[in-house]
Amino acid sequence: MMNDLQFLTWVRGPGLDIAIGIFLLGVLWRLFEIYSLGRKPDLSAPRHASGASGLHTVFRRSLPPPGMLKRSPVSYIGGYVFHFGLAVVVFLFAPHILLITNLTGLSWPGLPSQFVDLAAVVTMAAMVVVLADRINKPAKRFLSTFEDWFTWAVTFLPVLTGWMAVQHLLLPYTLMLAIHILSVEILLVVLPFTKLFHAFTLFGSRWYNGRVNGHKGVPV
Amino acid sequence: MSATLEKGIRVLKEVIDAPIASYFNSCVHCGICAEACLFYTETGDPKYTPIHKLEPLRRIYEQEYTLLGRLKKMAGLSKPVTDGELDEWQELVYNSCTLCGRCSAVCPVGNDIVYMVRKFREGMSASGHAPEGIKGAVNRTITVGSPMNVKLPAVQAQMKHVEEDYGIPIPLDAEGAEYMVMLSSMEIMNFPEYLAAVAKIMHQAGKTWTLCSTAFEATNAGIQIGNSDLARVIVSRIVEGAEKLKVKTVISPECGHAYTALRWEGANLIGRPFAFEVKHIIEVLGEFREQGLLRTEGFETDRLTFHDPCQLVRRGGVIQQPRTLMNMVAKNFVEMPDAGYMNWCCSGGGGASAIEEGEELRLQAFKKKKSQFDAVKPDRVVTACANCRIVLEESLEHYQMDLPVIGLTEMIAEHIPDQAPQAATKS
Repeated sequence: MMNDLQFLTWVRGPGLDIAIGIFLLGVLWRLFEIYSLGRKPDLSAPRHASGASGLHTVFRRSLPPPGMLKRSPVSYIGGYVFHFGLAVVVFLFAPHILLITNLTGLSWPGLPSQFVDLAAVVTMAAMVVVLADRINKPAKRFLSTFEDWFTWAVTFLPVLTGWMAVQHLLLPYTLMLAIHILSVEILLVVLPFTKLFHAFTLFGSRWYNGRVNGHKGVPV
Repeated sequence: MSATLEKGIRVLKEVIDAPIASYFNSCVHCGICAEACLFYTETGDPKYTPIHKLEPLRRIYEQEYTLLGRLKKMAGLSKPVTDGELDEWQELVYNSCTLCGRCSAVCPVGNDIVYMVRKFREGMSASGHAPEGIKGAVNRTITVGSPMNVKLPAVQAQMKHVEEDYGIPIPLDAEGAEYMVMLSSMEIMNFPEYLAAVAKIMHQAGKTWTLCSTAFEATNAGIQIGNSDLARVIVSRIVEGAEKLKVKTVISPECGHAYTALRWEGANLIGRPFAFEVKHIIEVLGEFREQGLLRTEGFETDRLTFHDPCQLVRRGGVIQQPRTLMNMVAKNFVEMPDAGYMNWCCSGGGGASAIEEGEELRLQAFKKKKSQFDAVKPDRVVTACANCRIVLEESLEHYQMDLPVIGLTEMIAEHIPDQAPQAATKS
């Protein structure tokens, strides 16, 4: 039986290597599997219009189209808050930057830890609200499968355990930190093979959609 | 060729491409597409959520084109797509989808959902799960030449009427004309004013134009049912006619899907670019106006609004022209909420109006359009699609709303002075 320190050493060493390996190979494989299917060229005569292209849609689709914010406020606002919150927590927390620096040599300034702390709490709150909306809204509940609940948990746990580790809650710091890192590793392994992969494919999807509309001269 | 499940599944495998794979992988089940679909907003039934309408296609994608899906299939852990399931999906893919494309316009991850519905219909048709109503329309278009059994003599009779009433000759099979004008059966049977309007407009503009005896019908039920082989046969008639008459431009009538079929799908169906241009009549009117070839007098003074046909506007990019044209002849033109790019469908596009058993649902979905009308309380509705027009008329009648629906081209033509000076002599 491993003690806490041995557990932490494993998740920091071989565990992390395995997870990053599966993540990188998984992402490359999935991208190949998807985009190598190709598509037929469009032979219809294009109609040019300014502001209509794949790239326009990649950016523009981040904003709700007219009338939609009112129809699905929780999806939009909750979605913004938890995506931005995740980005802040993952990429602007000093210890995370240190880890990335050790792995890649890249470095950038972080935010004060009290701020990241707040961001973690807000992120978790937004995720809980979004989860409640999934249970509450008929169309969302109807669409939901095991994967939706599972990926929610897999995304939520790293935030929760990271926050608890920093706050020294419930478990000894070493053990909580080890659990936190393990939960991130699970997230990395799961990401390429679940709907979490939208983090990569959404750019392609928006681009395809925008390109078809750009071909027709419809600014989308 | 008989339709079978095997054939349907083979077709579904064939239609899956990188965009579809990317779309299925991007979906996070956020349900926002439901909020954009009038069949969901007006019924509240989650089965009408657009992305759910593609569930069998998604499973085929997963089982055939992903490593994990293939492993699951080999281990016997995946649920195969069955005839019974596709039969159940007929209502979702046809009756409750007008291919309006609002879902594709709102999806936050950018999924072009209606593109997938259009492709899914290919497999539905090949497996024999298309609705009888659209099947009939396609068969009539293939065998007779029109979904409503309209034959050339009916067109000729109309030509004669217009010639007598307006004293303007209607050219038939005139080689070398600049424009070849297409009609929809709906216009030939129910809205004969359209042909007269085009004749007046062309006469004033001084343009050469013609009808084609072998290709007068523009609508393409092959696109609506989702059968590219049949859609190709129908489009080929028009291509042959246009090439035989050596016209520069083929004008799609006031019909949304005819425009999509010819303008965006046509070249892809026949496998080569067209040697001629395709324009919707509203685009042509817009050009004539810019070139000073379209001159009107007088104004409509009652309260008018414009219903955007989905295929012309959201899916076709002709957004500004109808508004400019409306303002040319209307003093009191009001826009409905969500007008233009985000407009709501008439509830009967994409072949849905041909499905008898879908009528009740269609009328329920129409409440969305009704609420748009109620918001601005127009005296009349103007549109630029004969199918929208007939669906609006029938639905308004059902809800006992006294709201006439007219075509934009006719309304413009009514404002063309009778003794218009001819521009024909200038170049």
